[in-house]
Amino acid sequence: MMNIRFRRRIKNVARFWNNLDMRLKWGILFVIAIVYPFLASSQYYVHIMNLAFIYVVLSLGLNIVCGLAGLLDLGFIAFYAVGAYTYAILSIKLGLSFWEILPIACLTTALFGLLVGSAAFRLRGDYFAIVTMGYGEIIRILANNLTFLTNGPIGIAGIPRPTLFGFKFEDPFQYYFLALSFVAISIFLTYRFQASRIGRALEAIREDEIAAVSMGVNLKNFKLISFIIGAMLGGSIGVFFASYATFVSPESFSFMESVMVLAMVVIGGMGTIEGPVIGALILVFLPEALRSLSDYRMLIFGALMVFMMIVMPKGFMGWIKPRRILKVAEEENSFVTRDF
Amino acid sequence: MFLQQLVNGVTLGSVYALIALGYTMVYGILELINFAHGEIFMMGSFFGLLFWWILEMTGLSKVIPIPLAIFLMFIFSMIATAFLGALLEFIAYRPLRSVTNRLIPLISALGASIFLQNFAMLTFGSTNRVYPAIFPDVGWNLFHARISLIQIFIFITCILIMAGLTVLVNKTKLGRSMRAVAQDYVTASLMGIRVNRIITITFMIGSSLAAAAGVMYGMYYGVAKFDMGYLAGLKAFTAAVLGGIGNIPGAMLGGFCLGIIESFGAGYISSEYKDMFAFLMLLFILLLRPSGLLGQQVPDKV
Repeated sequence: MMNIRFRRRIKNVARFWNNLDMRLKWGILFVIAIVYPFLASSQYYVHIMNLAFIYVVLSLGLNIVCGLAGLLDLGFIAFYAVGAYTYAILSIKLGLSFWEILPIACLTTALFGLLVGSAAFRLRGDYFAIVTMGYGEIIRILANNLTFLTNGPIGIAGIPRPTLFGFKFEDPFQYYFLALSFVAISIFLTYRFQASRIGRALEAIREDEIAAVSMGVNLKNFKLISFIIGAMLGGSIGVFFASYATFVSPESFSFMESVMVLAMVVIGGMGTIEGPVIGALILVFLPEALRSLSDYRMLIFGALMVFMMIVMPKGFMGWIKPRRILKVAEEENSFVTRDF
Repeated sequence: MFLQQLVNGVTLGSVYALIALGYTMVYGILELINFAHGEIFMMGSFFGLLFWWILEMTGLSKVIPIPLAIFLMFIFSMIATAFLGALLEFIAYRPLRSVTNRLIPLISALGASIFLQNFAMLTFGSTNRVYPAIFPDVGWNLFHARISLIQIFIFITCILIMAGLTVLVNKTKLGRSMRAVAQDYVTASLMGIRVNRIITITFMIGSSLAAAAGVMYGMYYGVAKFDMGYLAGLKAFTAAVLGGIGNIPGAMLGGFCLGIIESFGAGYISSEYKDMFAFLMLLFILLLRPSGLLGQQVPDKV
């Protein structure tokens, strides 16, 4: 079957890729990323890549909450919204610059994450998920109705663009390198975070909460930290988004967006670092690739999402790199569920 | 004012409760949040409308008495949507049954929901579709509140459907197998229950309830739109969680509570924030009762 041959070919490439040194791997990717805007045929493709970069950072942030700590967060976009609105409001009303607002926005989203998290962590599993969904919606409704602050459904327009040493970012091409540095810093931070004591504790929590508690892991604190770190990543890229689009409105922060980011994490492969990056690229570029189908674009997109999950239920990374260690446990589980 | 809001809230709550039942039944059996359920509700509404169009085209709409036409609309929409629900389960969920990560079916459901929404947009158009005003516009005034016939109809139909469902789940053989599968499907399959068939039937029942809700919603508000499933689905899911997800009386209670809260919030405080009251109430209740109003606290398995 052509399918099998195709898959084997991908797996060969993947094996070669996986054997490379991690630094070399990311190095190659960054060289490609730096060359990309010079090769792109139009500003439009650079713009799409910028959008993809925004989603890459968002899904890296969600991956910390979801993939690393194993908490289902359905309202992640709220942090992004808080970051974006912080920039929009502070830059217009107080005239602060991009670089001043960035740390402020990180702090605001962290506080917000702390507030939400400390209330929500009493709940388990799906109840936690629904509460996160609830605060996501509450933030959107507030943005819609606190007209004196957010200008309501009309949104805030004319947000100033960032400058760096007198250089002003204006077109997608110039923004591209700013976005790329956001991505690079997020990837670096995620790596360091995952390898740290906290990261390892979170993985222990994800695999087995009870075992982790009996090993002396403080569940609540570690989960909160993951929540806050994820929130800060989301908030910081929210600042970038507001400065890039120069316009924010509640429409950009719907529940659907949260779910799309979650889909990026899951489709790419949860708990890995390459996964969310790949997932974000796939889900941003797929509708572009389907553009020729015009009206049927989103229809096919939905069908492909179902198809992708059926073909690679462990995400793209799990598909090209089966994890041997977990196999025994999974077989034990699937023994009872396979055929009835 | 008070009574009026109560009546509106109960009407809205009945619709939420019917949709919430579909969420909760599927969750009870598969521990899966069926994200596409809101879209099923929307398709149910459109199937009802489609049936009315067929009646109009064939000229039967003038011949058949209105109560019968409404009854047939419900039946047609419920049957068609039941098959749609079964199809959804077969395509998007069944291949993922053995996957241990519960997020995977969730994303598949999301894909299915995007598909259905766009399917509806392409077939029925992206604007509001007017529902036929076949319901006689009569109402009664009661202590300064106006209760219309359609509100009474929605409430009574919901109560009847829920009573029917309660009997089905608690008294029949099918219901017993459903409860058995919900409790432990491995053991249930060892006892000779065809688990796959029960799951399909559960999806069919849940979908047909959503279809009934969809037709009622269409008649009540007079329109159907391709994206109506999104917010209604979200609210109904909230209602299901409010009552304790997986718990059938809980979904009914949650639906009514949510409808009434929303209606009072809109009437007394501000209609702009009405969606927020629903969610704030949810947060508040979950903080007090972490597994919903009627949900049971399940201890962790070691």
